[in-house]
Parts: sequence; structure tokens; C-alpha cells
Amino acid sequence: MDNKKVPLLEMKNVSKSFMANQVLQDINFKLNAGEVLGLVGENGAGKSTLMKILFGMGVIKDTGGYGGDVLINGQKVVFDSPFDALRAGIGMVHQEFSLIPGFTATENIVLNREPQKANVISQVFGERLDTLDRKKMNSIADSSIDKLGVHIDKDMVVNRMPVGHKQFTEIARELSKDNMKILILDEPTAVLTEKEAEALLASIRGMASRGIAVIFITHRLQEILAVCDKVLVMRDGIIVKETPAADTNVSEITKWMVGRSVESGVKAVKAESAASSGNVIMSIKRLWVDMPGETVRDVSLDVYDGEILGIGGLAGQGKLGIPNGVMGLYEAGGTVEFDGQKIDLNNPRKCLDSRLAFVSEDRRGVGLLLDESLEWNISFPAMQIQNKFLKNYLGGMIKWRDDKAIEEVTKKYIDSLQIRCMSSRQKARELSGGNQQKVCLAKAFALEPRFLFVSEPTRGIDVGAKSLVLDALKKFNRENHVTVVMISSELEELRFTCDRIAIVSGGKISGILPASASSEDFGHLMVSNVR
Amino acid sequence: MKNRKTGYVPTKEPVTFASKALEFAKNNTVPLMFILICAVCIPLSGFSINYLLSEIVTRISRNSFLILSLLIPIMAGMGLNFGMTLGAMAGEIGLILVSDWQIWGIPGMILAMIISVPISVGLGIMCGKIMNMAKGREMITGYIMNYFVNGIYQLIVLYAMGAIIPIIHSSIILPRGYGIRNTVSLLSMRQSLDNLIAIRISGIKIPVMTFVVIALLCLFIVWFRKTKLGQDMRAVGQDMEVARAAGINVEKTRIISIVISTVLAGFGMIIYLQNMGNLSTYTAHSQIGMFCIAALLVGGASVDRATIGNVFLGVTLFHLMFIVAPSAGTTLMGDSMIGEYFRVFVSYAVITFALVMYETKKRRASSLAGRALAEAQKASGEAEK
Repeated sequence: MDNKKVPLLEMKNVSKSFMANQVLQDINFKLNAGEVLGLVGENGAGKSTLMKILFGMGVIKDTGGYGGDVLINGQKVVFDSPFDALRAGIGMVHQEFSLIPGFTATENIVLNREPQKANVISQVFGERLDTLDRKKMNSIADSSIDKLGVHIDKDMVVNRMPVGHKQFTEIARELSKDNMKILILDEPTAVLTEKEAEALLASIRGMASRGIAVIFITHRLQEILAVCDKVLVMRDGIIVKETPAADTNVSEITKWMVGRSVESGVKAVKAESAASSGNVIMSIKRLWVDMPGETVRDVSLDVYDGEILGIGGLAGQGKLGIPNGVMGLYEAGGTVEFDGQKIDLNNPRKCLDSRLAFVSEDRRGVGLLLDESLEWNISFPAMQIQNKFLKNYLGGMIKWRDDKAIEEVTKKYIDSLQIRCMSSRQKARELSGGNQQKVCLAKAFALEPRFLFVSEPTRGIDVGAKSLVLDALKKFNRENHVTVVMISSELEELRFTCDRIAIVSGGKISGILPASASSEDFGHLMVSNVR
Repeated sequence: MKNRKTGYVPTKEPVTFASKALEFAKNNTVPLMFILICAVCIPLSGFSINYLLSEIVTRISRNSFLILSLLIPIMAGMGLNFGMTLGAMAGEIGLILVSDWQIWGIPGMILAMIISVPISVGLGIMCGKIMNMAKGREMITGYIMNYFVNGIYQLIVLYAMGAIIPIIHSSIILPRGYGIRNTVSLLSMRQSLDNLIAIRISGIKIPVMTFVVIALLCLFIVWFRKTKLGQDMRAVGQDMEVARAAGINVEKTRIISIVISTVLAGFGMIIYLQNMGNLSTYTAHSQIGMFCIAALLVGGASVDRATIGNVFLGVTLFHLMFIVAPSAGTTLMGDSMIGEYFRVFVSYAVITFALVMYETKKRRASSLAGRALAEAQKASGEAEK
């Protein structure tokens, strides 16, 4: 057999759907030993799903497996769990650190693969009572740090390390595995300083020269060009371009990434913009928010009365942190003025009292009372905050629920938002994702707010429900003269709905453009200070 | 200049002696409080140093083993193991059977320990499995489990013993023919371990053999931390998900830690009771878990961190207070009951305080992250100017 011709990794016609939602289609590529493959694409393009398939993550199997074949050295493989993938020589460094915080770098590098020494007691009670061989542990750590080529202190405890070193520790752990053939790096440079990122790129080239194939996922396109042999651009679940890195440039890649044909169901025709009055209704100055994974560092932003403002950006850059911080769900600082008055941060009640409302991206956790009826879900905040739907007796000393009014208002929203349900008393848990989202909107609408934050309103719902939700938002904005700030990862959807779109990158606003600006311009803003 | 630094470097404050002392006091509030209480109470009590020392030595030898049994679950991230009471009950069952069989002294103790092991292991596995179902709420689960298992214990001791499990001696069994008396005398076993090798230094009796046993357990714990299993437990204790992703069997590891703790608690109870010389069948174990946990916390341990040093400091301070509080109470209020009252009250207070402190520390850490962000913003703002 001539092994030279057989690629190390090959994917043939790989596809994957979650329920009826096709997220990957017709994926074909080859990867040779010693090659570095750059994988780029917007959020939701299917990069993570593809890597999950390759790494045998449980979610894939739990949701019905995938179509097509994955071949390693020409042999078809099926991984039931990440452990199978590890045995086959695939290593993955995840976006979140999977390190034990109180362990040293060494201990983390050899985690659960510690060299051991047998002793009398372990002979009797089994090998888990073997003592650890610290000397060998150190030598393994030394050699893998050597392979990495970046110096990290192997005796430093992880939670005292700067973030960059945590990332290196994780890569070193993968490198310490002897059979490592394919290494997947999922946005490894996101947390690194410029110097560290350079060191990592050098290290990737070093790995490749030792025959390790690297799949490198990043939003920093310059890095792709600097280190990769091949670039794979994904969009909407398909590979739109495969090209040698030497033959392309940043703006070309950006164009491939975002320049999609407009989805069916979402019309490109923009509705007539409401005459926004030009008055600033909310002014955010120097906001920081400590939301894990969505840190906001320094955001200043003016929102005009009556407009729909979109906030977009790549995942993890801080766009979700803005509404969560202003509404007081995560610790925040800076100043926020609403209608000329300063509002207290870190105090959700105050925000709601000043008639701000928030539809959270976490609809099952924050948004809904899953085991209560639709009526309750829709009326509860209004009842709690504005004393609506209550009958007062004895001069307000006793308050009873006005069930009739609640039913009426619920029916009204079920009709207007086309919530598909059996009755207004059905439990929220039993509805589909799209309908749950509509309930969340109805809940916010029932508060009759003057200002509405909507976070990821279309996440995980199908196309039909999507346009309905967006239309409802637009209608609510135009008819009730409510200012809406909509946060979404999907640029097309923002362009369809909003008047202006602010792009967040690296915890800051990197620019505000009218919705009519070109996709390319937005793409450039998105990657401008990615960190 | 563009500041691309992501890692926040805290502004270095000058480390003065005062700031260090303050930090130390913040981290050791409970032990310092107890040192203060003892410092006030000792002169008030009027006890001689010799008397106090000999009392302390007795208490350390009596309680340390039990408290040490708490360390391993803390390492595995399961918090303070209120489930140790289960082991104590197993130890008591062993002692009841052994004293009925009239096997006294050291052989009796060893046999009681052997009997307690299978019971402890069984209870430990059950307790561990239940705690695995209630991750993050191990402490309250363990605490409630005590009441449940106490019911089973009473069923066995009050009805099964004599009726199903043969018990012959009338000094142990109730006159009605089944059930165990309120108190089982362990007179023939009393302090047999303590007196095996005992030396007196200026009138203070030192039970050398008991201390040897305790030292052996300490060595075991130190050694255990160096084993693969110990390393796995530390990993599981700090981050279950990461440990699982690395291929460690998280559930099994947690169960093993509880089993070890339960077995050790059984041994500890036997050592405790041989020192006391009698067994109050229905109440001996009832508050043992709480007192052990309180002592450990007084020694400066927390829900997620405890050392052998915490055990000995805790047992010394906690019991010193109990020795001096009654007579200090008499001096102050003319009532010695105040001391007994103090004992229970303080135990609960210490546990509550430690739990609150643990949560506050976690919250303080998260608000620090926020402050770091604000400062990073300020710093980058200045850099841009």
C-alpha cells in the first residue's frame, strides 16, 4: 500500500442536521500530515459542529449522528466519544479552558495520564493507590513544553497564570500525548497578547514540521494567512471556498465569509425607516460588564428615540454583555442615562420601574417560567412590576389576580404573534423553541415598555418563526413608538430589521453603520479588534 | 498607543506589615476569634495550666481521629461530610456486639473495628450514591441522611438486637428481652488503647499509643494525597467537568472518598468511646458530626480546604473553650450551665459563620473581576490620551 497518497484525514459528504435544521451539508476536504488548515466562517457557519463530529462529542450522537464518512489514513472511523477520538490521535483545544484551577501546569499536562509507581498497598487494593511519579511527570511536562516552544512555568498553579499561559498549558497537554496526529485549535489566539499569539503561530509551524496536522480555527484572518497552508471558508453549513493560503487575502476571505445570498423568507427590501426623532433616549458611557464569555470592556453608545438599533459582532466579543449589564443581570460599571435620568446599574428592579424591558437570550433560564401556563408567563412581570391585572379590595390592602384580564391579554398576544399552542393555559415547557420565543416577546410587550432590549431573538428557531418574530418587533417599534435595541449574531437579520447597526468587537464598539452598508464593511468591523 | 493587553495585572500595592496582618486576620477570622475567647476565659476560669494541658491532651487523643476522617471528602470537593455520623453508628454497632461477646481490651477494639468496616462501607456507598444525585448540596444531604440512618440504627438496636441478632448479657439488653439499654458500659475496654503505652510528664498523662495511631492516620492522609486516587480526588474536587473530560470516573471517585471517610469515622468513634468508657446507645453519635465539623472549622478550615494542621489547631481551641467556659460562666454569671449552653450555640454559630464566609469569599472574588475590568478600562483610557 502506498500510504503517501492517502491523506491523514478525509471528510466525505459529511452532513448534519439538528431536528429539521440542516447545519452542515456536503462537507468534503482532505488534510495531510504536517499541513495546517485554517477554518474560518461567521458564527453559526457550522465550524464548531464540524469539529464536534470530528472529535466524537456526545451531542452529535445524541441528536441522531451525522451523514457521510470520516476517514483517517484511508480507514473509515466512527467515534462514539471524545475518548475514541483521542485514542485515534486527535487532540482538541477548546475555547473554554479545561484545566483544573488548583493544579500546576505539570499536573494539568499529565492529568489522568500520570506516570505511577506501584507500592505494597496498591498491590493489594488496586492500581489507583499507586503513588505518582513526580520525576517522570516533570520530564513529560518539560518535553511537551519543549515541543510547544513557548516557555511556561511548569510549577505555576493554573489560577495564578495569565490567560495566555493557560492556553499554552492546554496545548502542551495535547502535545504530551504520544500518538497525537491531528490537533484542533479552536480560537486559541482569542485570549493571547500579540506577542503570545506570535509565539503560538511559530509553535504551530513547529508542530507541522514534526508531522502533526493542525486545524486552526480563528477570527483573526491575518493569522490564518500567516500560518496556514490551506484555508477553508464556511458559510451556512457548506464549504464556500477552499484555497491555498498563499493565493488569497483578508478582504477576499471576509467577502466569502459574510457575502451570502439572502435567505428565503427574509426579504431584503427594507421597511421604511420610521422618522426617528433624533433625540437621544439612552446614553451609555464607558460601560463595562463582567459577563463570563461576553466581557464588555469600554462601550459608549447613544440610542435615539424611536429607532431600532442593532448590535452585532462575533461570539464572545461582548455584544450580549451590553443588555445584560444595563439591565443589571451581571455586574457592571460606567454610566447609563435613560431619558435624561441616570439609572442604577446592578439593580434590575430600577430598570424595570423606569419602563425598560429585556428579552433575554437565555429564554429557558431567565426568560420563562417553564412549568407555568402561558397566561402566567405573559402577565407575571406586568403584575409584579406595574400592578397590572390586579383587582384591588379594601383600598388596595388586598390584591387579587384578575384572571379574566390575564386571559384576555394572553389571547390577544396568542393571536397577534401567532403563538401555536393548545390553550392559553398550556405550560410554557411544552411549546417549541420558536413559540417560546414569542411568549418571551409577549411578556415584554405586556409590560408596555418605552425601551426594549431583545437579545438573540431568533436563536434556534426556524425560518418561518424567525420572520414572524422580526416582523412583530418591527411592528411593535413602529406602532407603539418603542425604542428597540436588538442584539443578534446574524448580520442579515440585523440588516433586515434595524435602522442602524453597531458592531462590537473586543468589548468595544468598533463602529456604527446604517443597515444599508455593505456586508464587507460590517465584516471588517467585526474582526477589527477581535481579542 | 493601542493597548491589546488582555490579562489584567493588578496595580501593585506596597506590601506593608499592616496590610499583611489585615489580610491574615481576614483569612483566619474564626481561629483568631477563638484565641481571643480563650484568652479572656482562661484567667476567669481559674484553672491551673497543668490541669488545662492534661485536659487538652485527653481531648486531642479522643477526638482527632474522628476529625481527620473529614479531610478526604473535602479534598474531593464534597464539603464537610456530615455523613461521617453513619460511620460512627457502624462503630457503635461493632462495640455493642463485641461487649456482648465479652471480648475486651485491645482485641475487642480491633474486632469492633473489623465488624464496623462492612457496615461503614455499605452505608458509605449508599451515602456517596445519594450525594452524587445531589451534587453541590452534599452537606445538607449528608445532614438529613443522618436522621434517616439514625432511624434504621434505632430499629436495629431497639428491636432487632436480642430478637433477631442474639444478645445474651443482661447488662446490655433491656429487661423485656430485646433492645439495647440506654447505656452500654465499656468499663473493661476503657482506655485500653490509651493505657497501652502511657507516660506521665509532670503529672500529665500522655496516651502514646493513641497518638501513634493518630500519627499513622496523618501519615496515611499525607501518603494518600500522593497517590493516583488522591490526585484524581483533588481534580474532581476542583472541577468535575474537566476531570470527567480527562477520563476520570467522577462518580466512583466521589463515592470512594465518602466510603473512606465513613470507615475512618467508624474507627474514630471506637477510639473515642474507649476513652469515654461507656456508650450512650442512642445519643453518642447524635452530635458527633457537628462537633467534629465545628472543631475543624475553628481550626481555620473551610468548605473546600482543610489541612492536618487545621485539625489539631481546631481540636485544641474548640475544646479549650469548652473546658474553660463553664467555670468562666460560673465566675461571670454564677451558673455553670451557661458553659454547656455555649457549647451547642457556638458550634452552630461557627458552622453558619464558616458557610457564610465561604459564599462571601466566592462573591468577593467575582466582584474583584469586575473591579479589574473597570481599572483596565481606566488604564487603557489613559494610554490612549
